[in-house]
Amino acid sequence: MKSRHFIIHRLAWSVFVLVGLSILIFFIARVIPGDPARMALGPRAPQWAVDNLVKELHLNEPIYVQYWLWLKGVLHGDFGTSLVTRRPVSADIKEFFPATLELIVVAAIIETVGGILLGALSARYSGSWFDSLVRLIAYLGVVTPAFVWAIIFMLIFGYVWPILPILGRIDSNLTVPPTVTGLMTIDSLLAGDFEAFKSAFLHLLLPALALAMGGMSQAARITRASMSENLSRDYVGSEMAAGIPMKLIILKYVLRPSLIPTVTIIALDIAAMLGNAFLVELVFNYPGISRYGINAMLTKDLNAIVAVIMVIGLAFVVMNFIVDLIVAYLDPRIRLQGGK
Amino acid sequence: MSTPSILNIQDLHVWFRVYGGVMKVLDGVDFEVNHGEKVGLVGESGCGKTTTMKSILRILPRQAIIPKGKIIFQGHEVLTMKWRELQELRGQKISMIFQDPTAALNPVFTIGEQIKDTIKYSGIAEKDTETIKNIAIKALRDCAMPDPERIMKNYPFQLSGGMRQRVCIAMALATASNLLIADEPTTNLDVTIQDQVLNLIRTLVQEKGTSLILITHSLGVAREMTDRIYVMYAGRIVEMASTQEIFEKPYHPYTRGLLNSIPKLTGEGMMVGIPGHLPNYLNPPSGCRFHPRCDDAMPECRIKKPPFIEVNNGHKVACFLYKG
Repeated sequence: MKSRHFIIHRLAWSVFVLVGLSILIFFIARVIPGDPARMALGPRAPQWAVDNLVKELHLNEPIYVQYWLWLKGVLHGDFGTSLVTRRPVSADIKEFFPATLELIVVAAIIETVGGILLGALSARYSGSWFDSLVRLIAYLGVVTPAFVWAIIFMLIFGYVWPILPILGRIDSNLTVPPTVTGLMTIDSLLAGDFEAFKSAFLHLLLPALALAMGGMSQAARITRASMSENLSRDYVGSEMAAGIPMKLIILKYVLRPSLIPTVTIIALDIAAMLGNAFLVELVFNYPGISRYGINAMLTKDLNAIVAVIMVIGLAFVVMNFIVDLIVAYLDPRIRLQGGK
Repeated sequence: MSTPSILNIQDLHVWFRVYGGVMKVLDGVDFEVNHGEKVGLVGESGCGKTTTMKSILRILPRQAIIPKGKIIFQGHEVLTMKWRELQELRGQKISMIFQDPTAALNPVFTIGEQIKDTIKYSGIAEKDTETIKNIAIKALRDCAMPDPERIMKNYPFQLSGGMRQRVCIAMALATASNLLIADEPTTNLDVTIQDQVLNLIRTLVQEKGTSLILITHSLGVAREMTDRIYVMYAGRIVEMASTQEIFEKPYHPYTRGLLNSIPKLTGEGMMVGIPGHLPNYLNPPSGCRFHPRCDDAMPECRIKKPPFIEVNNGHKVACFLYKG
């Protein structure tokens, strides 16, 4: 009963957040200076063509009418047409979003597993050389932007010691599998083409690692701090006194409460990757939604901007929802007392 | 065992590395428990009682160091034990009741989960789930817990302080075999339940022949429960005698002060506290650590540590007022 109530409450809240976000971004995109129709057609296009496009985009209407027209379209699954690619924005999103999604899933796995593992080991052996090493790497990881990691990895694994592919989504000699999900790895598996799968997967590794470095470092630091704190709690002493093996104490009794802050950080970082992937996608020439979104902003491609922001917003909402569920699972005090 | 005592602590020193120096908390503790004996350890909070007990199980915090001393349990030196031997000691031979039950229970696991793991690793039962569950339920019921099955499904924050304390006691009692260390077991309990719990501990100790170390502030509880009492002040044992002797003929000025701090039922005279407070362990007083608070302090108390010597049959004291 209680959990159903919780879920309905969160869903209603999510809808509210998304509507709010859409209004905000819709207005901001139109308020910033620059004439989108002129930018789309170029400086030498005749004035009548620009006027036609303005009319077509309803840019001459009051802004609330524009929003209403846009909202009507969205409810029918139509995000309008991109001024740059001249295709429906929804078609563009369908093409670019899965690519980034695939990248982020791999990055998220690296970040979660790596961050928690390094943090936990670092806390367990705090003061050792391993701990110092992890702390140093984590510190570097936090302060170094993802695109710098991208360039470093590219140099190391593509040039000095070329063991991993550094450009694109798949080896150019291979046939691209037919699009079903848009996720190259899944599609190649569906097509039964294991060589394509291997190539697609290897293409993901470096950009995903570059993307994950910052969040992984942050997660490792948070996990380490939180575990160190919990390790000094009295209950660890009483569990040790009861003869429960240290391994079990760490992996069960200390890890679980320690993961609560980590989960929150990791999930928000994963959602933020959608937007932050831009430079990494650029460096690895990876056709993702982040690149698409930034290009849309540079060219003031109104419909594309709003659509990309909405996708990112949706990702945040979904991740927040997942965080709430995981934290409620980890912490009975939240689950049973209604989040107070 | 060939040794007469089950536990023998000799000249134990425990220091804590902290910012700003080293806290010299334990400064040569001598402590002995015989088979089946009930020993009390009294002293004000912060005097090192819990630290002494934690050293026996080697569960001191990481910043603790033991520069000197011996802890012999059943003829084996605890301080040099390997991990595996320690594991046998903890839970299987020695159980401990911690003083703060709220902190001693893990907040994110159910009582059942915690008590079952405790029983599982105590080596007292076959490791099948049903047996363990039944032992756990029986242990809770023994501690006057209503509806143990429901309690098992609860989390610590759903119980009252007194119930949490009884859960901790149930865990320790269910698994105690050779030595039970009870660190202020009744501090958080109602007087009525306090009596029940003390009776429970007493019964168990008598039935199983378990030795008991009872740490307490309450001299009344100590008098009721123990055969022999150690009085501790600022990291040293200052006096040891049979319970009767401590109450009838206290030697050490600190012990006398403690006894005078008990309000008298007859209402005769005012109760007298001990002026001053425990010393700073970063920079403890020279000589006898009690001398700044002692009415009978002599010049030599400032310079030398008084030896812990027997002044009467089985009555030991560390004070220059008494010489052999």
